Amino acid sequence: MKVPSPFKTWLVALVVLHGIVACAGFFAPYDPVEQDRKSPYLPPVRLHLVDASGHLHLRPFVYTLNLQAGSFEQYEEDTTQLHPIQFFLSGAQYRLLGFLPCRLHFFGADNTRIYLLGTDAFGRDQLSRLLFGGQVSLLAGLLGAGITLLLGASIGALAGYYGGWRDTVLMRLAEIFLALPWLYLLFALRAFLPLAVSPLGAFFLIIAVIGAVGWARPARLVRGVVLSAKERDFVRAARGFGASPAYLLRRHILPETYSVLLTQAAILIPQYVLAEMTLSFLGLGVPEPVPSWGNLLSSLQQYSVLVSYWWMYLPALVMVPFFLGYLGLASALQERGEAYKIAGRSLGSLM
Amino acid sequence: MRFLLRRLAHAFLLLVGVSILAFLFTALAPGNYFDEMRLNPQISPESVRALRAQYGFDKPLPVRYADWLNALFHGEMGFSFANNGPVAPLLLTRARNTLLLTITATLLAWGIALPLGVWSAERLGRTPDRLLSWGTAALLVVPDLALALGLLVLAVRTGWFPTGGMASVDFETLSPLKKLRDLAWHMILPATALVLSALPLLVRHVRAALAEVLNAPFLLAAVGHGIPRRTLLYRYALPAAANPLIALFGFSIGALLSGSLLIEVVMSWPGLGPLLLEAILARDLYVVVGGVLFSTLFLVGGNFLADILLFWADPRIRTERSAG
Repeated sequence: MKVPSPFKTWLVALVVLHGIVACAGFFAPYDPVEQDRKSPYLPPVRLHLVDASGHLHLRPFVYTLNLQAGSFEQYEEDTTQLHPIQFFLSGAQYRLLGFLPCRLHFFGADNTRIYLLGTDAFGRDQLSRLLFGGQVSLLAGLLGAGITLLLGASIGALAGYYGGWRDTVLMRLAEIFLALPWLYLLFALRAFLPLAVSPLGAFFLIIAVIGAVGWARPARLVRGVVLSAKERDFVRAARGFGASPAYLLRRHILPETYSVLLTQAAILIPQYVLAEMTLSFLGLGVPEPVPSWGNLLSSLQQYSVLVSYWWMYLPALVMVPFFLGYLGLASALQERGEAYKIAGRSLGSLM
Repeated sequence: MRFLLRRLAHAFLLLVGVSILAFLFTALAPGNYFDEMRLNPQISPESVRALRAQYGFDKPLPVRYADWLNALFHGEMGFSFANNGPVAPLLLTRARNTLLLTITATLLAWGIALPLGVWSAERLGRTPDRLLSWGTAALLVVPDLALALGLLVLAVRTGWFPTGGMASVDFETLSPLKKLRDLAWHMILPATALVLSALPLLVRHVRAALAEVLNAPFLLAAVGHGIPRRTLLYRYALPAAANPLIALFGFSIGALLSGSLLIEVVMSWPGLGPLLLEAILARDLYVVVGGVLFSTLFLVGGNFLADILLFWADPRIRTERSAG
């Protein structure tokens, strides 16, 4: 009997989730910035199996929603014509994974538009915006975490390996960064950077800001590992044979820090996605019309939207499966690290 | 005592470090309040230059830092351009409100997390413990933002709770007791959001710390002596597990401060959060620096409090330091 390790299970789940977002163009029925001015704040469409005259259909279908006469926001279903859901049909052009021009969409319908999660004030499809917004938010989280880990690992390795005044200065600096509540730090860094920038500029700006904020914790962890690793016998032996510091760090010392860095990545990525969401939610991040998970929610700052259009809240919940995946991954990694440590210790006591 | 003094000096140095760093960033920042002004065609370049000179923006950086420190000791903390007045009074009321919310949330979160964690650790691996673990995991994966917005939806839809501000319109006319009730009434929603976001981590740590201690031989001996369960848990086990938890206490204050920044904006609690956001959008950098400094002050204060707690709770630290 072979039970898949929890680590692998979580990893596969995360890869699937990220894959869906990466192929947003395929799974999203429409272009995320395409407006349908005739149907603002359209509620999520209902999928039907039974039509108005009581017949059962095997293929789910939808009715077109039309504005009620004399109303601006009340919609009613036009039950005279049903539109069955079609799979793998061609629609708006997009670039799969960012470069492959493609027209194929996972689902859609002929002669009508399906808004599974409703539409926003401009009649843009919330599901498409959610999927494309995930690309922005998740990429920001991943790249931000990458920057942080790179910074943290190099600073930690530098401080741990060379020690002395470098160590003192860097670790004091790390203490200052740790002394600040991180969201305040994020705000402060963002405050000192220009406000009005293009969406792409803003995207890279917040990645840089988010990435620069969190280096202190991984740096301290890496420093600790490096401190103990550089006194290990095989490292001393290599040094005795005349290995250069760069070689020692690359070949012998940094590999010891990989498990720490991996665990940190699993903790940092969701935190950074959330940071991007927070910044964009407050209007300091990626600007409209480019969707991100944060600015999808920013319309909720108005009470009227919060009260009248409940489906606008749905994007807030999209983070949950991703958080769950990363939480599971982090705890699986931690357990594995602990098991490894315990095994190592008992091995050491035997010898 | 030397331990506490050293921690105090350390905290002070940290504050100085943060202030220097924050100041450096303001200097490096591309664009300040005057740059926005320069874009306004109705203001001549000369008057912008004159204003820069008036507020000392043409002086070298160390001089500006010294000026700012000087202003700090005179209770001003620099000048808010957008509000045309010193920063400190602006920040003080906001900081007080943030502090009020954060302290309440901290006390509530720990007040709930401690008994819950102890209760869970006592039943380690049994059904109630499992259920609680699932509960905390579920709370852990819901982001703060979703939590706050969800609570807001609840409040707006049901009308059970006020949805913004920290006082009713007729607050000034109320009697002291009613004022307190009104305040608590307004605090329910933001405090709940904060507590819920902080709680899962705290409960998990309390549970883990206590579970480790519960296996210790001295507790087995205590059980053998027939010491009642409650005394056993709260007088014997909890103090022994306190060390990592007190470190967590300091950390939790930082997390709650960060959390409250967002929740204040969402729930329109008049704390540092909304002020900071306005200041960022207006490029009113001294307000930002002041806000960051205040938050650091709170966090450093919280950590110092944690040190005092540790000093009080852990006899090992007292003897170790006085001997050394």
